[in-house]
Amino acid sequence: MSGWNSHKGLAVGLPQANIDTDQLIPARFMSVPRAEGYGPYLLHDMRRDAEGRLRAEFALNRHEGASVLVAGRNFGSGSSREAAVYALVDAGICAVIAPSFGDIFASNAVNNGLLPARIDGALQGELATALAEGARDIEIDISARQLRLGTLSGAFELDDSWAKKLINGWDDIDLSLAQGMAIKKFKDLRYQTTPWAWPSGPD
Amino acid sequence: MGAAQTMLDKLWGAHEVLLREDGVSLLWVDRHLVHEGSHHAFAKLKARGLALAEPALTFAVVDHYAPTRGRARRADPQIERMIQTLRSNATAHGVRLYDLDDPLQGIVHVLGPEEGLTLPGLLINCGDSHTSTHGAFGALAFGIGATEVAHVLATQTIWQRKPKAMRITVDGALGPGVSAKDIALGWIARLGTDGAQGHAVEYAGSTVRGLSMEGRMTLCNLSIEGGARFGMVAPDETTFSYLQGRRFAPQGAGWPAACADWTALASDADAHFEREVWLDAGEIAPTVTWGTSPEQALPITAVLPDPADLPPAKAEAAHAAYAYMGLTPGQRLAGTPVDQVFIGSCTNGRIEDLRAAAAVLAGRKAKVPGLISPGSAQVKAQAEREGLDQIFGAAGLEWAAAGCSMCVGMNGDLVGEGKRCASSTNRNFKGRQGRGARTHLMSPAMVAAAAVTGVLSDVRPLLEGRV
Ligand code: SF4
Repeated sequence: MSGWNSHKGLAVGLPQANIDTDQLIPARFMSVPRAEGYGPYLLHDMRRDAEGRLRAEFALNRHEGASVLVAGRNFGSGSSREAAVYALVDAGICAVIAPSFGDIFASNAVNNGLLPARIDGALQGELATALAEGARDIEIDISARQLRLGTLSGAFELDDSWAKKLINGWDDIDLSLAQGMAIKKFKDLRYQTTPWAWPSGPD
Repeated sequence: MGAAQTMLDKLWGAHEVLLREDGVSLLWVDRHLVHEGSHHAFAKLKARGLALAEPALTFAVVDHYAPTRGRARRADPQIERMIQTLRSNATAHGVRLYDLDDPLQGIVHVLGPEEGLTLPGLLINCGDSHTSTHGAFGALAFGIGATEVAHVLATQTIWQRKPKAMRITVDGALGPGVSAKDIALGWIARLGTDGAQGHAVEYAGSTVRGLSMEGRMTLCNLSIEGGARFGMVAPDETTFSYLQGRRFAPQGAGWPAACADWTALASDADAHFEREVWLDAGEIAPTVTWGTSPEQALPITAVLPDPADLPPAKAEAAHAAYAYMGLTPGQRLAGTPVDQVFIGSCTNGRIEDLRAAAAVLAGRKAKVPGLISPGSAQVKAQAEREGLDQIFGAAGLEWAAAGCSMCVGMNGDLVGEGKRCASSTNRNFKGRQGRGARTHLMSPAMVAAAAVTGVLSDVRPLLEGRV
């Protein structure tokens, strides 16, 4: 995965609170292999009518090339399904800006190069108002933790370790495999001091 | 002696391989549970040509896609492929698989404790948010995403920033017909679905001490619905007597030694919690959700709120929820007609849950159709030994095999568009039980009450003379 630090793109408002993972991608699409792409399933039941046609009034459907979502609080709450992030990423989204995120969603996002940018409620309100009429250009800078939309600008919050991962496109597995010796030492000590931590029994 | 420690501090310290300078810890994982949904993670492992680090600490379960009605009939090739993929991954990596026909098969969060794979003091990961369930034993248990599952498969460790400690203390006696589900829905309604975000919740107090392991699991299971990734209860005699003799629990001389270690896990008396919440058990009533978020919950005796009386952010959500749920402000929750009922899931699919439902259903007929899917094949067998299946059958409800079933509908057990379901599950999100499905979360006893009356009902009068 390649990292990124700054982005210029089109932001769309999705101001509802509690857009949960079941809405981001309904369970029935989760048996699809990733190679087929999850983009078409993003927010499927909000974006599409019962026949699967795109609803013209839904903001995301009016702005094909959008790459940033400005959402309400508690975005991505619910399940651990990383498919919710795949759906966003495969649909071309590289940042979600919201007052708060489900914990597991946020770490899944960072693991896939998707920025979960936390902003305060006041800035969220201003951005939502600015986007009420339609999509607008936005600029995001991860290392400066700054975003700019027209005359509006403001700071967002992001854990330092996550910023580093996003910018460098780091993969944790590589970092951890490099700690192989420390892990082995830890395991041996744990085995000696807490033998009950290993499954006993017939199998 | 160092400073006073919380149970979270002790568990964290016991698993920390290293602490990075940016404050993120690499933690050792004692148990890793995988299911059909873990296919993305196995694919990542394969793509990188990595081996599974600790096959003996990894356990695979068929649950999310498990057919619960007519197991032999696997009509859907997509579902069959999901199960087959797990099978071949388990075989390829030498992992113990609880397959469909295994007499021990069940929902991962029901099976782990039943098998004694879940123990106090362990760190348990699973690619499923309700992994918090296992915290009921005094374990550090949390759900992870597919990239993290791949990481655990490859290294048996997980990077994690330590959450803040939060304690929810519940004291006093629960009224008849009031259960752990009502405690959970009660605190989530009060604090919100993001109320405990960034925190590990330890449940304490006389009410929690008095809960069975089943009740504690329900409570910890629902922690994630309040935004907490971790729910925990300090291990005690109730924990030990549940675990003793389970297949993978320590045996012989190892048992008392383990119990001594586990007893020491409890938070020190003067440990500091960043957040404290107190609840009075006597004030908790049977609770039902009315909206599309678990925080939209009220006592069954309540009237649906007028959005005008709510803070602006909640008012907007309430409007949307009313539209989706087909309900109107000012309406009484009790008396709302339901189309069907469901009892099951990792939240409320254990034997105690089925007994609570049977206590209401015995000698009565359901007015609406319903499905009961036990949390595991062992729960199913136990329920049948106790004759509970007979009670359900006589009431007119369908008794199915074990799996996630209608909690998430992946196996095809779905609620129809616009249909209203009284459900013992954990999520009332839009479309969770099927597109356009209207879910009301409640305890199994309350689901049974809805079944026999055909409307959302207070279970308490129905229990008079029975408990
Ligand atoms: S029963 Fe529902 S919540 Fe529990 S593991 Fe299965 S799908 Fe997830």
